[in-house]
Amino acid sequence: MTNVIEFTNVKKIFPSQNDGGNFVAVDDLTFNVAKGEIVAVLGKTGCGKSTMFNLLSGLIAPTSGTVRTSGHDPFTDFEYFRGRIGIVFQNDRLMPWRTALDNVLLGLEILDRPRQESVDIAKRWLARLGLSAHENDYPHALSGGMRQRVSLARAFAVEPEILLCDEPFSALDEMTARDLRQEFVRITRQNHNTALFITHSINEALEIGDRIVVFHRPAKIALEARLTRDTSEQEKAVLRDKIIEVLAGEKRMA
Amino acid sequence: MMSFGISKRAIQATASLLGLAVVWQIASLFFPPFLFPPVTAIAKYVWEILSSWTLFVDVLMTSGRIFAGLMGAFVLGGVLALLLYASRTLENYISPVLTFLQGIPALSWVVIAIIWFHGVEFRIFFIMLMTTLPAFTFQILGAIRAMSKDLYEMVLSFRPRRMQMFRMLFLPTLIPDIITAWRVNLGNAARVVVVAELVGATGGVGYQLLRQQQLFDMAGAIAWTLQLVLFVLVMQQILTFLENHFLRYRAVSERA
Repeated sequence: MTNVIEFTNVKKIFPSQNDGGNFVAVDDLTFNVAKGEIVAVLGKTGCGKSTMFNLLSGLIAPTSGTVRTSGHDPFTDFEYFRGRIGIVFQNDRLMPWRTALDNVLLGLEILDRPRQESVDIAKRWLARLGLSAHENDYPHALSGGMRQRVSLARAFAVEPEILLCDEPFSALDEMTARDLRQEFVRITRQNHNTALFITHSINEALEIGDRIVVFHRPAKIALEARLTRDTSEQEKAVLRDKIIEVLAGEKRMA
Repeated sequence: MMSFGISKRAIQATASLLGLAVVWQIASLFFPPFLFPPVTAIAKYVWEILSSWTLFVDVLMTSGRIFAGLMGAFVLGGVLALLLYASRTLENYISPVLTFLQGIPALSWVVIAIIWFHGVEFRIFFIMLMTTLPAFTFQILGAIRAMSKDLYEMVLSFRPRRMQMFRMLFLPTLIPDIITAWRVNLGNAARVVVVAELVGATGGVGYQLLRQQQLFDMAGAIAWTLQLVLFVLVMQQILTFLENHFLRYRAVSERA
């Protein structure tokens, strides 16, 4: 299967603001994500998940090693990724001055899609996520779950090849998060998107991922496991214990 | 509820202004007219200015000068703020100059403009520009700096062109601060323009005020001053209308 995301010996070092030294956020990270795969990345706070996310979205460049997305460097080939990457952030990041519909339209406007076609697409996505009745509502009038649905619609509307999700449901209550997770997996599979899903919830990772990658601190793979539809609940429970053990070991080392 | 609140405020404001007029009227009974002319004499003069084209042209002239000066300072200040935001080095050079300019009194600019320039209109435009430019630049720069990094990165993830980023994120983010900057600078500009006209112009409210001083006509002086106040009030109302239109997305607490 073709790899869509490739990290090869990636290292990212930030200058430390306190002591003038260096802070290693990602250390010799190598891993791939195949086309159409949903990979859940697990790790404790500060393990470099967000740095990896920023490297992938082209917001920062690696100190050494290579990051390739669809064969291109997301930092230097910044323009290439217009409309090819959809990002769902931890908080909804809706523009308060735009209605739900206009927020979904944002990416399509940037891609210069014809207005009427864009409006039709945006409305279709809002309907798909159960927000038809709220198209003209401003973000302040929507609940947290609704707002995150709008941000999902905004990411899906540009029909991206790759979806990057940074703990998108962590701020929601469990019931809403569960509904949205199921919705997310259903749509991602239907659209054959490749998705990298960052989370700190083991259950969420087990529910979403085709593959689970657990990060050490600084970001380096500590555990990798593949899940299929046939993976039983018992096997998942064993994997859950293994993950807990890795994360707890990390804590002891720290 | 809200309309009741607004009408209550309007009644209170009118009452306080009426109170001021009553106090003035009482004073006019005890002092000579060249010190405290009766309210009716002032009102008559105000009406005369508003109804006579030859007099009202002076009001329009001053209004135009204020607007042109503010618009010039706003455009230049906006461009300058964007440049300073883009380059720290440039900011290190330009900011101290702007701070220095901010410390120069309006009257000094009047003297400098009279010595430097010949044309009256350019002189006044220059004075208005120099007195309001630093404030506009710093206010817009502050607003750009305070822009949400989260929203910036979100928009950036779609890979917009520079102009798209400006239109879709910068402009809507800056509108509240731009309106506030206009509000603040409007009052400042109205005061400065009068000083500039008083010294170097052959028309406008400042020039008319100088004439009233020479004629020792207090009713005229008050009437012309009121024209300027009226202009500022109208401009503030326009800004309030724009604010309500552009910021209609803001949530309003029921208790507000």
